[in-house]
Amino acid sequence: MTQLTFARAINAGLRKSLENDSKVVLLGEDIGTLGGVFRVTDGLQKDFGKHRVVDTPLAESAIVGTAVGLAYRGYRPVVEIQFDGFIYPAFDQIVSQVAKLHYRTRGAVRMPITIRVPFGGGIGSPEHHSESPEAYFTHTSGLRVVTVANPQDAYTVIQQAIACDDPVLYFEPKRRYHDKGEVDESVDPRSALPMDKARVLTDGRDVTLVAYGPLVKTALDAASAAADEGISIEVIDLRSLAPVDYEPVVASVRKTGRLVVTHEAAQSGGLGAEVAASITERCFYHLEAAPVRVTGFDIPYPYSKLEMHHLPGLDRILDGVDRALGRPNSLSGLEG
Amino acid sequence: MSTDETGPGGAQTPDIAGNPGGTGPDLLQLIAPSGERISHPEFDFWVRDITDDQLCSLFEDMTVIRRIDVEATALQRQGELALWPPLLGQEAAQIGSGRALRADDFVFSSYRENGVAYCRGVDLTDLLRVWRGNASGGWDPYGINMATPQIIIGAQTLHATGYAMGIQNDGADAVAVTYFGDGATSEGDVNEAMVFAASFQAPVVFFCTNNHWAISEPVRLQSHIQLADRACGFGIPNLRVDGNDVLAVMAATRLALDRARRGGGPTFIEAVSYRMGPHTTADDPTRYRDANELEDWAAKDPISRLAGLLDRKGILTAELQQQVKDKADAVASEMRRGCTTMPEPRPMDIFKHVYSTPNSWLERQQDHYARYLATFGDPDGAVSKEGAR
Repeated sequence: MTQLTFARAINAGLRKSLENDSKVVLLGEDIGTLGGVFRVTDGLQKDFGKHRVVDTPLAESAIVGTAVGLAYRGYRPVVEIQFDGFIYPAFDQIVSQVAKLHYRTRGAVRMPITIRVPFGGGIGSPEHHSESPEAYFTHTSGLRVVTVANPQDAYTVIQQAIACDDPVLYFEPKRRYHDKGEVDESVDPRSALPMDKARVLTDGRDVTLVAYGPLVKTALDAASAAADEGISIEVIDLRSLAPVDYEPVVASVRKTGRLVVTHEAAQSGGLGAEVAASITERCFYHLEAAPVRVTGFDIPYPYSKLEMHHLPGLDRILDGVDRALGRPNSLSGLEG
Repeated sequence: MSTDETGPGGAQTPDIAGNPGGTGPDLLQLIAPSGERISHPEFDFWVRDITDDQLCSLFEDMTVIRRIDVEATALQRQGELALWPPLLGQEAAQIGSGRALRADDFVFSSYRENGVAYCRGVDLTDLLRVWRGNASGGWDPYGINMATPQIIIGAQTLHATGYAMGIQNDGADAVAVTYFGDGATSEGDVNEAMVFAASFQAPVVFFCTNNHWAISEPVRLQSHIQLADRACGFGIPNLRVDGNDVLAVMAATRLALDRARRGGGPTFIEAVSYRMGPHTTADDPTRYRDANELEDWAAKDPISRLAGLLDRKGILTAELQQQVKDKADAVASEMRRGCTTMPEPRPMDIFKHVYSTPNSWLERQQDHYARYLATFGDPDGAVSKEGAR
């Protein structure tokens, strides 16, 4: 066991994948000499060479589009999108090519492409640097979408994503890049919890609180604070956003009867809506209250001095928990 | 954007940049429209091995793909195909380049390169699957080293460039070849592909068929310079060839392939041709183009031109013409039979190949739909057309 930051844990996972499979190649802007703007690829070009860790021109569609060609040739490309808000120029290549080529060729061509996306807010950045675009991709069949919420997962899941024969969007919670955690580098990703499985982090009886990525830590803090008031919250780290592993969520809601889902992304059409609807379908007679969403607002990501209002924090999550429990809350007395 | 060619005060704007759709003297030509062989000090080298027999073979290929195209158009009119993108007039561009390729080269094309697919050895039934609506892709790309046709304009140029980067990494001497039209040169992806190809000196050939029309948009709306000249800005050498001259196209393609194999990087070829028919069977070119233009280009027909050369050489015999016609008839007949006897896809096939590994969301939906179909009493999920409505 070693203490590693998220960024170093991902770096270690990428290193393992590069070592284990000569077909793994990394592509992206500034990922070579600089080691990426967040230093996630630090030292990899030096150790694996410029043909394995490729500094590319600044063109997102081309980074993903050339990865498609490399995959055709039998490679397993790992591309870095420098910031969440820069993924849109590559949108067509991701949703019309990467996602669909296996289907289009009736299984003849595989697209084992991993698209790494630092995402989410809370770091005081300007526009386009703090977005949560995951719902655009969870809506697209053919893609797998995962996030990580602790350095151990960051280390193993990146290796699972690269080894997966399907394309994977790997969303990295950038405000947690410098958070440290225990990482066992001897863990074999093939025997670790698969990346498409959710994980129950706390045992609770009153409310099921579903979170992913950067908000898992906030959710755990909220559960801890609620425990002081005698409220027992079961926190579930979703990990996979497409597909969502509903079984543990269903089991938990059948026990607690109450569901709160939280994410930084805007509410409308977000993953919280999907989780709430699916759980309502599956657990209607077990629910004691309507599912509650605590999310970012339906606004463009705000300027940094106000971002703390947009991002669900501990108190806003607890307010949502109060709503699910029918306790006094900010919307008490509001009908409809 | 304005396409007005008059300058301030109504004066005619000097033709500084040339005519992007023109057929000026810079156009590489080895066969004149009359069929006369034109000698070229540099490019004769690239077709010096082409014997009379091989010229006859090129004539056969072009005739056969024209027949395939006509037959498929007829199949569409008869309701057997949902849509078809005709290549009428572009036979020389497709056969001249397609026959220059090696088996281990890899093609990333648009939806119109059916002649190139023919050169790669495509099964003719596979050629029609997409257009009949039976599949999203007709063939196994690795079976003929050609990706399934791309519908998003220009997206495939990036795939070719990436594939070429892979060839480079592998230390192989194959080449990736990407086909696209004049309209695609306006797309960001094509421009990004040229940036990457030049940056990495990737072994990729950009084969642009300038057929003058992007559906109803003329090439002059796309570019104020000749399309080949666009490559200069990326540091990519270009060639501009008469796309209705099969020998010129072959010579240019061979040169570009050789350059790529020897580590010389990408080449951009503009094959100046003309789409004689509609963009697809769904549109009506009489709404947007002048009949005189069509007539002018009919006089430059690529098959007539090669026939002219064969005639001058005294090898366009009645026997050859009959033999070629018989081959075209046989191929068209086989294709028609393959089309009309193609098995219908089954409802549950829609769930196949979305992922290569199981996906719990999809498995649930698949299971639920199978249960639904089973309520009709057919365990295989075959519902009647009425039932599917």
